[in-house]
Amino acid sequence: MSRPAEEIKPLAKKKKKAPFNYSPYVRGGKLPHIWCPGCGHGIVLKCLLRAIHTTGLLRDDIAMVSGIGCSSRTPGYVDFNTLHTLHGRALAYATGLKLAKPRLNVIVTTGDGDALAIGGNHFIHACRRNMDMTILVYNNAVYGMTSGQASPTTPPGKISTTSRNGSIEPPFDTCSLARAAGATFVARGTAYHFQELEKVIYEAIMHKGTSVVDIIDACPTYYGRFNKYKSPTEMMEKIEKEGTVSVKQVDKLSPEELEGKLLRGILHKSDRPEYCAEYQKLMTKVQAK
Amino acid sequence: MAGNKKKFIQGNEACTEGALYAGCRFYAGYPITPSTEIMEICGARLPRMGGAFIQMEDEIASICAIVGASLGGLKSMTATSGPGFSLMQEGLGFACMTEVPCVIVNVMRSGPSTGFPTGPSQSDVMQTKWGTHGDHPAIVLTPASVEEIFHETVRAFNLSEIYRTPVILLYDEIIGRMREAVTIPAPGEIEVVARRVPTCSPAEYKPYDAKGGDIAPLASYGDGYRFHVTGLYHAADGFPTNNTQLIEEACIRLLRKVDDNKERIWKNEEYHLDDAEVGIFAYGVSAKSAKFAVKELRKKGIKAGLLRPLTIWPFPDRAVEELAGRVKAIIVPEMNMGQIVYEVERASRGKCEVKGIFRVDTEPIKPVQIIECITGNGLKPSSPGSKMGEMMVERDMLDG
Repeated sequence: MSRPAEEIKPLAKKKKKAPFNYSPYVRGGKLPHIWCPGCGHGIVLKCLLRAIHTTGLLRDDIAMVSGIGCSSRTPGYVDFNTLHTLHGRALAYATGLKLAKPRLNVIVTTGDGDALAIGGNHFIHACRRNMDMTILVYNNAVYGMTSGQASPTTPPGKISTTSRNGSIEPPFDTCSLARAAGATFVARGTAYHFQELEKVIYEAIMHKGTSVVDIIDACPTYYGRFNKYKSPTEMMEKIEKEGTVSVKQVDKLSPEELEGKLLRGILHKSDRPEYCAEYQKLMTKVQAK
Repeated sequence: MAGNKKKFIQGNEACTEGALYAGCRFYAGYPITPSTEIMEICGARLPRMGGAFIQMEDEIASICAIVGASLGGLKSMTATSGPGFSLMQEGLGFACMTEVPCVIVNVMRSGPSTGFPTGPSQSDVMQTKWGTHGDHPAIVLTPASVEEIFHETVRAFNLSEIYRTPVILLYDEIIGRMREAVTIPAPGEIEVVARRVPTCSPAEYKPYDAKGGDIAPLASYGDGYRFHVTGLYHAADGFPTNNTQLIEEACIRLLRKVDDNKERIWKNEEYHLDDAEVGIFAYGVSAKSAKFAVKELRKKGIKAGLLRPLTIWPFPDRAVEELAGRVKAIIVPEMNMGQIVYEVERASRGKCEVKGIFRVDTEPIKPVQIIECITGNGLKPSSPGSKMGEMMVERDMLDG
């Protein structure tokens, strides 16, 4: 199979940089996607495809696995080996697939409910094992597919169809959870900071080990409507732009300025034995006996 | 035959031997009594054979991992018992729906809930058919000896590949932990079915195309066929559909895959059935007792015979109906409060009496219980309060 990069022909011969050609990565006839107008998932998909292009990986060597939810519809649109599984279980399927065929580059697209509620157990154990895979958590703090119920990342006080008087539960911080569970690459991006997000996803894919990217994006249809945001753009500005701070700026800001803000960028990177490499070593050892 | 190995092994060990013989190269599981030996042995042996082994965080993850691995091209297996099998139900349905071959072993223990973990039972036999939601095919094999566990494990993998569906190997704790002599065949001596992979170009490949028969070849991820798999109802190309006609066709095709091939999947042992006046329908450890009972009854001059299914699902309707047409009664001993007895009753279409012998104290049904049930000597309900147990075969019925 030819590399996608070679299939891409510049669309314009002007000095201006040619626009990115998404078509080799998008399955013919599968668009438009199901995501609502104003949803950030399309921006995440754009960043993901551009990041994959930069890695130079072959489409045949990429497996994209997902669970259930809006984010989990991503694999249906992209031209890789794609697996749309059960609610919460994407990481378990991905673990089996990766161990069976370690040469595949496994990318998991999941949501806050899929990864951290029903799939929470698989999430922490995937982080602990440090198998080489990239976990992208599309985090919009709500169950969008089922019309707006509270999720494990819904902030306190926020309205959802299952917290009509405001949520009283403390939310998970995806990145803290991933780091504590042992993920060797932990980062956060937002759909608003799309250029940053593309770079972070690229770094996550290139990292050897379990990479987690918490991607803050907005669900205007449910979360936005229930919580009185006027528009998708206002949501992006308030939640993604004003609600986050780049790790590069942390030192310049006072504790008061950092209060209640999520950090963006690569938050943690460490070097720990990767599961499939360790399994290979174990096989070599027992076979030599 | 040269290369044969005779071993004195446990049932669970025979299961592992059978799996490796059949080409299983991936095991994912979670420890649970009384199936854990399968996992432990796989963990020790698979790395030596270049296969993969992983201990997952629970049984849900285990069944998902074997389906993922199977899509990566490896024959895959997991083993569990009651509580774990309950957790696997959603994943089992996903494997049925997506038509991914894999083998699930359920070594039955006493339930419900945690029950009596080291106590045997046969109380998951209906769950293997109806445990996961939605209409789905089921192939379930019920070996009754250690050697048979070896052969039925190989057959489970073969059927799984042929019909592109999960196959359940179902046996009780007694068979699983019993030790018997087993002859391990030399490689090539018994058939091992390889996965049918596509021969067309990736552009032409449709993972659920029923045109060439109900079962399409299955490509592996990473081999150049970039296809989509989903648990949603999907069209021939694997992508989700909400077309009601396609949904109906897909559901019917899933069931038809097994239903149209029942005769190839069915496997029964018939023991002294030719001239039998009373039949016993028994599987697993209860069939061991039943066989002994048949011998003893014959010594007493009572013409008893045994119909023993090695495939419990699809249910052997035809064999049961045929038997019901020529015996006065069919006795169904099982280590539960009455499950497969109702299937026997259904399949016998009123042509003979059907009576169950049930036992749930985690002791096996003893031959004497079956003998007493048939001779009517020293009759007592085999399970207190059970109507089935109270209805015993009349002595005069057998004089006939």
